[in-house]
Amino acid sequence: MDPLSWTGKIAFLDPILFIALGLLGLSVLVWIVLSAVLPENRAINVAGGSASLSSGPRELTALAVKAAFLATTAVIAAYLVLGVIMGTGAGIIGAIAQQFISVWIALVLLFTLSITFKRRLGLYGKLFDSPIGMIGFALVMFWVFTGFFGAMDMIITHDPLTQLSGLKNKVPGTPLRSPEEGDFHWYLLGGDNLARDVFSRMVKGAWEVVKIAPLATLFAFMVGITLGLPAGYFGGKLDTFLSFLANLILAFPVILLFYLLVTPEIVLTGLPQYMAIVLFAFPLIFFYVLINSRFRTQPKKNFLWLAIVLLPLLILYLMVINDPGSKVDILPVVLDWIDIPGGILVVFVSVVFVNSPTVFRIVRGLALDIRTRDYVAAAQTRGERPWYIMLWEVLPNARGPLIVDFCLRIGYTTILLGTLGFFGLGLPPESPDWGSTINEGRKLLSIYLHPALPPAFALLSMVLGLNLLADGLREESLKD
Amino acid sequence: MGLFILRRVGIMILTALCLTFVVFFMTNLYPNLEKLAKTQGNFRMSDEAVASWLEKGGYLQSTPKKYLEWVGLAPSYQHQAEDGTVTGRCITPGMKPEDAPRFCGILQGYWGYSSVFKDEVSSIIATRLSLTGILMFWVMLVMVPSALILGVLAGMKEGSATDRTLSTVAITTTATPEYVSGVLFIAIFSSSAVGLKWFKGTATSAMESPNLENFLLPVVTIALYGMGYIARMTRASMTEVMTAQYIRTARLKGVSFPNIVLKHALRNALIAPFTVIMLQFPWLLNGVVIVETLFNYKGFGWTLVQAAGNNDIELLLGVSVVSVLVVLITQLISDIGYVFLNPRIRIS
Repeated sequence: MDPLSWTGKIAFLDPILFIALGLLGLSVLVWIVLSAVLPENRAINVAGGSASLSSGPRELTALAVKAAFLATTAVIAAYLVLGVIMGTGAGIIGAIAQQFISVWIALVLLFTLSITFKRRLGLYGKLFDSPIGMIGFALVMFWVFTGFFGAMDMIITHDPLTQLSGLKNKVPGTPLRSPEEGDFHWYLLGGDNLARDVFSRMVKGAWEVVKIAPLATLFAFMVGITLGLPAGYFGGKLDTFLSFLANLILAFPVILLFYLLVTPEIVLTGLPQYMAIVLFAFPLIFFYVLINSRFRTQPKKNFLWLAIVLLPLLILYLMVINDPGSKVDILPVVLDWIDIPGGILVVFVSVVFVNSPTVFRIVRGLALDIRTRDYVAAAQTRGERPWYIMLWEVLPNARGPLIVDFCLRIGYTTILLGTLGFFGLGLPPESPDWGSTINEGRKLLSIYLHPALPPAFALLSMVLGLNLLADGLREESLKD
Repeated sequence: MGLFILRRVGIMILTALCLTFVVFFMTNLYPNLEKLAKTQGNFRMSDEAVASWLEKGGYLQSTPKKYLEWVGLAPSYQHQAEDGTVTGRCITPGMKPEDAPRFCGILQGYWGYSSVFKDEVSSIIATRLSLTGILMFWVMLVMVPSALILGVLAGMKEGSATDRTLSTVAITTTATPEYVSGVLFIAIFSSSAVGLKWFKGTATSAMESPNLENFLLPVVTIALYGMGYIARMTRASMTEVMTAQYIRTARLKGVSFPNIVLKHALRNALIAPFTVIMLQFPWLLNGVVIVETLFNYKGFGWTLVQAAGNNDIELLLGVSVVSVLVVLITQLISDIGYVFLNPRIRIS
C-alpha cells in the first residue's frame, strides 16, 4: 500500500481554494477599511425627490465579501463531496470525508428539516435567520453527531487503544505494515507516540466531551436556578448567605480546586461522592418544587405528575450515587444498574461544583430585576405562593439570557474538561479525551506536530461553535 | 467610604479564613497524611508506625485545632518523647524547647518546610512569585491596552464592518484556551517540523534573562485568552455609552466624531472594563498554571502543580494562601476602584 497524500486526485482544487481564500481575506480587508474611511450612509437618500437605497462602494464591498465567502464555502463543499464519492482516491481529506459520511447525512437532514419548518420552531427556528448562529450550530452539531456515531463505532477506522507496530509517530497517511482482513489500510492522521491512531482517538474524544459537558452544565444550571431564584426574589439574609458562599467558591482558583478534589487520596475518603449526593439532589428538588407549586391546589393531578417525574429521577439518583465498594453503598447490587466509572463521577462533580456559583449569580441578578415587574406584582396580588411566582412567572421570563449563557457555559465546561485532561486529573491516562491527547502530543511537539494538532483544532472548533451559537441566539432573542 | 472599605476588608478576611480552612481540611485528610508519612519516613511503614509518626508531628489532633496552630492563633503542638526530648513545629533543630516561641503559624511568618524542594516555603514562594510577577507584568502590558483598543474600536459604531470583524476575533480568542493556543504557537513558531523557528518553545531560559525570543509566546498565550473577554466587555460598555443622551447632545452640538469618542465616551466606557480586568485575576492564575507547565517556566503556577502533584502539604497550603489572597485583594481593589471611578457614586 502506498502512503496517502493530503488531497490525492482532487489536488486540482487546491489552487482554487487558495484563490478563494485570498479573495475572501482581501475583500474583508477592503470592507473594513472602507467602512472606517467612508462617511456613514444616510437613512433616506433624497436625490431627485424620491427615496431610494444607495448602492455606493460600501454595498459593493459587502457584496464582494459575501461572494468570496460563498465561493470558499463552495470549494470546501466540493472537496467534501468529491471526497465522499472517491474515498481514499481523494487522499487523506477524501478518506476522512468518507468516514464522516453518517455525520454529513445527519447534518444535512437536520438543516433541511429545520430550515423548512423554521417559522414554527420559535427561538430555535429564528437561529436559522442568523448566518453566525447557523455556522456555530453546524460546528456544534458536527461534533455532537461525531460523538454519538463515534460512540457507536461508526466513524473510527481503528480501535483508539490498540497499538500497531511500526506506526509510532508516523506522519498522516501512513499505510499499515501488515493489515489484516477487514482492517482500514491507513492511519489517516498518523500515529501518536504509542502507535495509536490519532484520527480514531480524536473522534472518540468527541464522545467524552459530548457525554459530560452538556449534562454537567445542565446540573450546574439546576443548582444555580434552585438557589439563585430564592436569593434574588426574597433577598435579605438568605441572599447574603448564599452570595457569600458563591463568592467563596468563585474566589477559589479553579485549578487548585481540581487538584484538591480529583487526587486519588481525596477520592478514597469519599468526599466527591458526598458532594455528588448533595449536587445531584438539586434536580429532584427543582422538579418537585416546579410541579408542586403549579398543581398544589389539585392534589390528584399533583400526585400523578410528581409520581411520573420524580420516581424515575429518584431511582436514577440512587443508582448514580451508589457505588459498591466505596463509602456510599446503600442499594443492593441487583438494583444498581448504572455504574459510573469513579474517575468520570469525580470529574463531573467538580465541573458542576465550579460552574454552579456563576449560574447562581446570573439567575440571582435576573430574579432581582424581574421581581419588580408588573406581572410579578399581579401574581402577588392574586395571592400566588412565592415558589409559584419564582418558577412559573420569573423563570420563564429569564429564559433568553439563560439559554445564551447555557451555550457559552457548555463551551467553558469543555475548556475545563480539557484543562483536567491536560493535567492528567481524573480521567484514566489512556482516555482519548482531547485534553489528555493534547498533553501527550505536546511533549514531542517540536518534532511531530500531528498527534497534538487534531485534538487542539477539534476543541477549538467546538468551543468556537458554541460561542458563535450563543452569539446568534443572543442577536435573535434581542430582535423580539 | 471608610465604613464601606472596612466592611469589605472584614468580609475579605472572613472569606480568606474560610477558604484556607477548606484547603487545610482537604490537604489534611487522613489518606494525604498517611502518604506524607510514608514519603517522609519509609514506604514500608506499618499502620502503627504511620500513626506514631503522625502523632509525633501533631497531625492527629482535631482539624480546627491544627488549623488554628497553623494560622498562629493557638499555641503550637509539642511532642514529648519517652526519653524526655521535646519536639514540635516551632522547635528548629539545635534550639532548646524552652527558647522556642509558643506560636508559630502563618501570622508569625512561619510558613513551613517544603518536603519536595527541601527549603523554607516562604523563600520558595517569594522567588517563584517574583518570576510569575514578571510574566504577569508583561501579560498585562500586552493584554489590557490591546483589549481596550479592540473593544473601543468595535463598540464605536455598533454593527459596522469593523465591529463585526473585531467581535469575531474576540469570540475566537475566548474560544481558544491556553493549552490550545500555546500548542498552536509552539507548532507554528518554534517546531522544526514547520521550520520557522522564530521563537523558543520553552521559557526556561527566560527565568534568568527574559527576551523577545523566549518570552513572547508564553506572554501572548496568556494574554490572548483573557483579551477576548475584556474586549467584549469593553465593547458592550462602549455601545451602551454611545447611545446615551449626552453623546447625542454632543453630536447635535456638532462635536467631531473622534472628539466625541475620546473626550465624552471613553472615560465613561472604561469604568466597567476596569472591574472586569480586576476580576480576571482568578482566570489569569488558571492560565498562568497552564502556560508555566506548557512552557516549563518555573514560576508560581509550576510550583502549584509540583506541590499538588507530590503531596507537599505545607507548600500547597502556602501556595493556596497566596493565590486566595491575590484573588481577594484584586476583588477589593475592583470594588473600591469602581466606587472611585463612577462619578454617580463618588459624588453622592
